[in-house]
Amino acid sequence: MTRLATRTRVLKHGSPSGRGSVFPWLVRRLLFGVLVLFLVSVLVFFLTQALPGDVARIILGKDATAEQVALLRRQLGLDRPLVTQYWDWLTGVLTGRMGTSLQNGEPVADLVGPRILNSFTLGFVSMVLIVPLAVVLGVFSAHKRDSALDKTFVAVSSLFTALPAFVVGMLLIAFFATSVLGVLPGVSNIPPGDMPWWHPAKLVLPVASLTLLGVMYLGRLVRASFLDAMDSEYVQTAVLKGLSDRRILFGHALPNAVAASLPAAGLVAAITITGVVVVEEVYSYPGLGTAVVSAVNAHDLPVMQICILILATTYYLFNLLADVFAVMTRSR
Amino acid sequence: MVTEVEVSDVTVTVDATGNAIVQDVGFTLGRGQVMGLVGESGSGKSTLALALLGFARKGTTITGGRVAVDGVDLLTLPEPELRRARGGRVAHVAQDPATALNPNLSLATQLTEGLPQPKREALSRVRKLLETVGLPADDAFLKRRPRQLSGGQQQRVAIAMAIAAGPRLIVLDEPTTGLDVSTQARVLDLVRELCRDHDMAAIYVSHDLAVVADVADHVTVMYGGQVVESGTDRDVLVRGAHPYTRALLAAVPSATRRHRLVPIPGRAPSVADEGRRGCVFAPRCDHALAKCRTTRPELVPAPSGTLARCLRVDEVAREPRVRPRSHQTRVAADGGREVFSVSGLNAGYGGRQILFDVSFGLVRGECLALVGESGSGKTTLSRCLVGLHEEQEGTLMFEGRPIPPEAGKRGKDTRREVQYVFQNPFGSLNPHRSVESSLLVPLRHYFGMDVREGRKRVGEALERVEISAKLASRRPAELSGGQRQRVAIARALVCEPKLLICDEVTSALDVSVQASVVELLRSLLGDGLSMIFVTHNLAVVRSIADGVVVLNRGRVVESGEAEPVLTAPSHPYTRELIEATLDVPDASGHAV
Repeated sequence: MTRLATRTRVLKHGSPSGRGSVFPWLVRRLLFGVLVLFLVSVLVFFLTQALPGDVARIILGKDATAEQVALLRRQLGLDRPLVTQYWDWLTGVLTGRMGTSLQNGEPVADLVGPRILNSFTLGFVSMVLIVPLAVVLGVFSAHKRDSALDKTFVAVSSLFTALPAFVVGMLLIAFFATSVLGVLPGVSNIPPGDMPWWHPAKLVLPVASLTLLGVMYLGRLVRASFLDAMDSEYVQTAVLKGLSDRRILFGHALPNAVAASLPAAGLVAAITITGVVVVEEVYSYPGLGTAVVSAVNAHDLPVMQICILILATTYYLFNLLADVFAVMTRSR
Repeated sequence: MVTEVEVSDVTVTVDATGNAIVQDVGFTLGRGQVMGLVGESGSGKSTLALALLGFARKGTTITGGRVAVDGVDLLTLPEPELRRARGGRVAHVAQDPATALNPNLSLATQLTEGLPQPKREALSRVRKLLETVGLPADDAFLKRRPRQLSGGQQQRVAIAMAIAAGPRLIVLDEPTTGLDVSTQARVLDLVRELCRDHDMAAIYVSHDLAVVADVADHVTVMYGGQVVESGTDRDVLVRGAHPYTRALLAAVPSATRRHRLVPIPGRAPSVADEGRRGCVFAPRCDHALAKCRTTRPELVPAPSGTLARCLRVDEVAREPRVRPRSHQTRVAADGGREVFSVSGLNAGYGGRQILFDVSFGLVRGECLALVGESGSGKTTLSRCLVGLHEEQEGTLMFEGRPIPPEAGKRGKDTRREVQYVFQNPFGSLNPHRSVESSLLVPLRHYFGMDVREGRKRVGEALERVEISAKLASRRPAELSGGQRQRVAIARALVCEPKLLICDEVTSALDVSVQASVVELLRSLLGDGLSMIFVTHNLAVVRSIADGVVVLNRGRVVESGEAEPVLTAPSHPYTRELIEATLDVPDASGHAV
């Protein structure tokens, strides 16, 4: 009865009730996503515009005269209404004319392109490690439920989930890049023009930081859903059918547990993006995160806006992915 | 009779406290025989059922006893051999096939895994089994996932899965509890057939005495983790000598005869009530003497031909079983004025029509039963009446005035005067509110009452539903199922309703608790309240309803006064429904 009610509500608010209607739902979600991203772009543009400091003044330096500043403002179009400026900026971004950096006059696209690749590499390698490690650790911990190992995992993972990403990064630097062990570089400055994977040693610590955080978070979710699966009646049925432990574990519990934690994996990917920003800064890794931070410091609006827009879009896409996984799990 | 199953002294204890949930249970069962294991919730029957497969739930351990199937004691087998014995010697069918089958594996996989034969042979065996249980055996069916099947089909698959490896004993734990009566009848037939054809012993766990009477050759009654009575089905269910067995029988509504139900006073023991020395039933027993509270009774032969665990069994057995008083249908008091009526109601759900042109009326002080199987639309209908369902058209009349379909558009008084009691008292009460605060909400909302005045009303309402005032400060989690349902009824009562819509209010409750709720509702009818009672249970209908509306696939197929409709149904569907409804045999020896 109550189920009926929720289902009606769900239908109205646009989530598929069965398998047949997943596609239109996805289309609606994507259209909705376009609206969200539009709002994000509005927010990004007006918030960055609202930052204190005049762009023309920043470009020309402190010594410029008022006339010089006014001239530049006119050239840059800064004297036009904000809405017009926003529209020009948005159409520019969408057509690939992203303007030039205020810091060094380089085209934003050239500046941001390699940064995207660097950040993507970092995030991708981390996710590739996070998912299988989290599943293995979570399942293993759940399998040895209430053992010393399991308790340690739960304690350590709560600790890591509570620690901010930069603290984890610092700890790793302190441990592996300073006097304690000193085996890995503590600064991961990939030279411009190089592909990040040409410098595997420099990737180790940033990837390790992100992986640690992701595994500890996702691992716990996997552990919980695996415990749920092991406590379920179908696993009890499997035991009573006389199946082997292996068959019960891998044939019955694991697929259900993994399916249940897939949506969480999408969220972890989204969280990893925010982690990327922080971790890059800690290791001076030349990615989108460091680009945002330096653009904020230098009041480099075009770079700042593009970077934030890209991060927000990615974040949104991963959230969408998590929702899609969740819907797939439910409709199974 | 060849003995197939020998169970003795099986004890299961809770690890944390050392208390026994199942204590020294023993019985024997011959080849091809079916034993019914009867008990209410908390009696330990499911725990025992699992122990018969050498399995104990997390946090519990089988601490002793012997479960010999075909001469092999399962409880002493080492793990690998026990695993082989499960499925091979003894199999289990769980209560809810929807959760007991893995949602993500195909039927083929679930049916063949664990069989010793190679996959191809196993598959052909499985096909034969599916035919035996009356299911299609083609590839398309085998590829399905459990959720693509109906409840009855799922339970057949679960049974086929259990017998796949040719066990000597099959343990069925409430396998028909969630099913409609007609589906239940087919599953029961299947169980009987399988036992006969495969010469397999079966233990049928159930709280439903009528089902057990139908399927079992022997009956064992459990209470508080102990066997309190056992014997052949006739001896136990007709001539039962143990006070608990008798109390249970008096609480069961009959599908053929209208009578008052006699609830068992008090509350079933939980595992926590340890440290008792005497008879486990003594605190609720009418026959208990001082010695019952200090001396622990043994199972002794009773004059009824059964074994009963009672010190006073001879005295109890000598007393004739009191036939509960019969109860006549009420005659409409105030000249048959209609308090509520529905005409031409059509309702749909997600564009699919569920109710077709439903019309009926209800006289003041009458109890009208809406009867139907799952999918008949009875829940949608009751939601339409109370205004929770939006996709509906038709005319609803309350007190002679038409009322809008949406609860939100009805006047405040109408909303107050039509109250609803939900099926599941575990979900319908806010877990974070105390009983009193749950009851104060409608008082404040409808009457704008302050807390002091409200408390008085709450006290009166709780007294009306026989809930002790001490419980007012408790939260739902601290109450038993029956108490919660009473509180839910009290919450409706404080609104001073004229019409109470009860949606399957007793189906989540034990028999003895159901009896007390039914009697409570009966007394409310006596106060002049009108009631729409939605249910699938015809015995409950017989016991309380004055009028009946039978729904089938969204259409009213028959309606009228309860007595004639249930005794001489005119529509074939009603007839089928009544034929499929089981009844506990009465003393004269015929079950209908």
